[in-house]
Amino acid sequence: MSSASTMSPPAAGGFGEASFETFLKDRDEPAWLVRRRKDAFATFQATPWPKSSDEEWRRTDIRAFKLGAFAAPLRRQTSAADQTILAPLYDGMSAHYATGIAHLNASVARSADSSKLGGALFVDLATAVKEHPELVERYLLTQAVTPDADALSALHAAFWTGGTLLYVPKGVKVEAPLFSLIGLGGAGNVDMDHTLIVLEDGAEATLVRESTSLGRPDTPALHAGAVEIVLGRGAKLQFVNIQNWDQQTWHFSRERALVGRDAQLQWTVGGLGSRLSKVNQEVVLNGEGASAQVNGVLFTGGRQHLAYFTRQDHAAPHTTSDLLYKGGLKDHSRLVWRGMIRVEKDAQRTDAYQKDDNLVLSDSARADSIPGLEIEANDVRCTHGATAGRVDEDMIFYARSRGVAREEAIRLIVEGFFANVYDRITLEPVRETLRQAVAAKLEQRAETARNPS
Amino acid sequence: MSSKVLKIDNLHVAIAGKEILKGVNLTIRQGEVHALMGPNGSGKSTLSYALMGHPNYEVSEGSVTLDGREMLELEPDERAKAGLFLAFQYPTSIPGVTVANFLRHAVTNVRNPERKEGEDLISMRDFRKEMRERMDELGMDPEFARRYLNEGFSGGEKKRAEVLQLSMLQPAFAVLDETDSGLDIDAVRIVAEGVNKVAARVSTGVLVITHYKRILDYIKPGFVHILYGGRIVESGGPELVDLLEKEGYDWVREKYPEAARDEDEMEQHAAAGQLAH
Ligand SMILES: Nc1ncnc2c1ncn2[C@@H]1O[C@H](COP(=O)(O)OP(=O)(O)O)[C@@H](O)[C@H]1O
Ligand SMILES: [Mg+2]
Repeated sequence: MSSASTMSPPAAGGFGEASFETFLKDRDEPAWLVRRRKDAFATFQATPWPKSSDEEWRRTDIRAFKLGAFAAPLRRQTSAADQTILAPLYDGMSAHYATGIAHLNASVARSADSSKLGGALFVDLATAVKEHPELVERYLLTQAVTPDADALSALHAAFWTGGTLLYVPKGVKVEAPLFSLIGLGGAGNVDMDHTLIVLEDGAEATLVRESTSLGRPDTPALHAGAVEIVLGRGAKLQFVNIQNWDQQTWHFSRERALVGRDAQLQWTVGGLGSRLSKVNQEVVLNGEGASAQVNGVLFTGGRQHLAYFTRQDHAAPHTTSDLLYKGGLKDHSRLVWRGMIRVEKDAQRTDAYQKDDNLVLSDSARADSIPGLEIEANDVRCTHGATAGRVDEDMIFYARSRGVAREEAIRLIVEGFFANVYDRITLEPVRETLRQAVAAKLEQRAETARNPS
Repeated sequence: MSSKVLKIDNLHVAIAGKEILKGVNLTIRQGEVHALMGPNGSGKSTLSYALMGHPNYEVSEGSVTLDGREMLELEPDERAKAGLFLAFQYPTSIPGVTVANFLRHAVTNVRNPERKEGEDLISMRDFRKEMRERMDELGMDPEFARRYLNEGFSGGEKKRAEVLQLSMLQPAFAVLDETDSGLDIDAVRIVAEGVNKVAARVSTGVLVITHYKRILDYIKPGFVHILYGGRIVESGGPELVDLLEKEGYDWVREKYPEAARDEDEMEQHAAAGQLAH
């Protein structure tokens, strides 16, 4: 095995030249967009596939990932059966949030109730292309994320399907939280969702996005997506992104936020599902006084492998970023976190913090935390740290001495471990979703412990 | 209510292969208050940990029965359900778990020993009401219940939180391991009164481990024992407390030279251990 081997040829198959032509015909999109897709496709073909010698892929092995086995999804009408698949989760989210958009298998299945948007524009991306081309043309893959980031970003830029646009005009404050649900179900096995959020000066909004598998067969699936956030002066966004794919799904996501002058971003990621995840989550503080809080709740089991690469780029003075990631691992799973705080020369008075804590629940699980700093300014405060540990036996004994049995004690302690990140999330339904997902994964542990196979 | 008996019989306990307790005998009946005194490193905490079943404390010989039922065969949580309680000298903090949530789990399990994990917890309303009353008795701010257990608590707050748990769990037998240390005199009184109230309510048998007389002015022991060199060398009435307060342990050393040798060795060990920390 050569260590610098290409992990998988980008062997075109469903993403090759011929398929791309079919895909473009099927989309029937305006010329500017077709041109963009073609440029991205050329970039994709010219960009080398990840190699295991690349820093970002050294710990993350995708040799088993066969791109050629998948194909770009074509347009389709959602059926009554699709609605049935979506209903429980959609209705559940509707109970907590004002209104939302749902996609199933890369096609829009439910649209938001525009009467509940308080002046914002919240539509699926295909509709946005038709009705607000100037917005899409201006923001889509031009500023926050660009197709040349790596081969998977280029792939996404050429083949994105589905997707949502949240656009909040100047000064508009959307009080009620919105949601976006992205599902793969039935025979659907490819999702190329794109989430684009633009808040103009002084605008405010909250969006909860959840991606999940809904009764899929035991076959491989692919998500190659992107999230773009652009915040104008003094804008405020609370964005939650929960990834809960099944453990057959390959998850690749390029996510970047540009935070303007005095704007405030709170960005929470939940990484629970997928077979393998490779996520780049980046915030760029490019206006004076901008601030970002980044929260991560990650929990893995089985043979899951989740890799998160975070960046906090301080490009303007007096900017603040505060990142707290917490991970729990069981079975043979693995978490990789590599965080970078970068402070540019002009970004004086930067205050940056990053911390990654992991709770390792099994001898065979492994967490790698690699914090990093690149500082070119001289008047800054940057703090970083990482911890990894087992569930403390003294805590377990203490709880047991009060009548709480071992498994229940561990559950309490694990829940407590995540509490300081939950405490930062003001949306109770989000905390509850994360709590329940973590509890469900812990429960699986008890079952495997009872029936060792 | 029938009166239960906690019987410690010839208990030998080792830590990391080193024998600390060398045959402890002690019988406590419900409703009785016993005091256990002894110098630092004499094995008092070792006794309390061994009673509760801490895995690092190896019992090589002896038995501990509660109403005839062997405790040493039970897991720590089963001992708690059987009616044993230990107020720790150094309570552990559990980050992110509130006092109220922790206690609700504890109370649910102790009151429903047959409960399976995942089954309902006791009703939030009833629990809250009861906890408020107990906190009131102990002069605790209701906000305290929402803090994370022992996280950032002062020494005194930790001890109070232990007694709050004691008063909610209402055990048949409670060991208080230096619950008075680190408390000012008012706090000692409040905590002691709290213990007395539970003891009166459910007739708890109490073993008070302490260095000082002052807590024993409030929780009045009928029986006083001196643990020295890993065994109980003297047992008597309250007059023993005054004697130790006045004379220290010199007379104990002289009277029990063999225990004194063991005690010296253990104290050295303890000092070395403290240096290592
Ligand atoms: N975890 C431990 N590992 C090794 N030795 C210990 C440990 N805990 C206590 N000891 C030793 O056991 C002896 C008794 O300690 P302890 O029971 O804490 O005494 P006391 O509570 O009476 O002060 C001391 O010599 C101490 O050094
Ligand atoms: Mg002690």
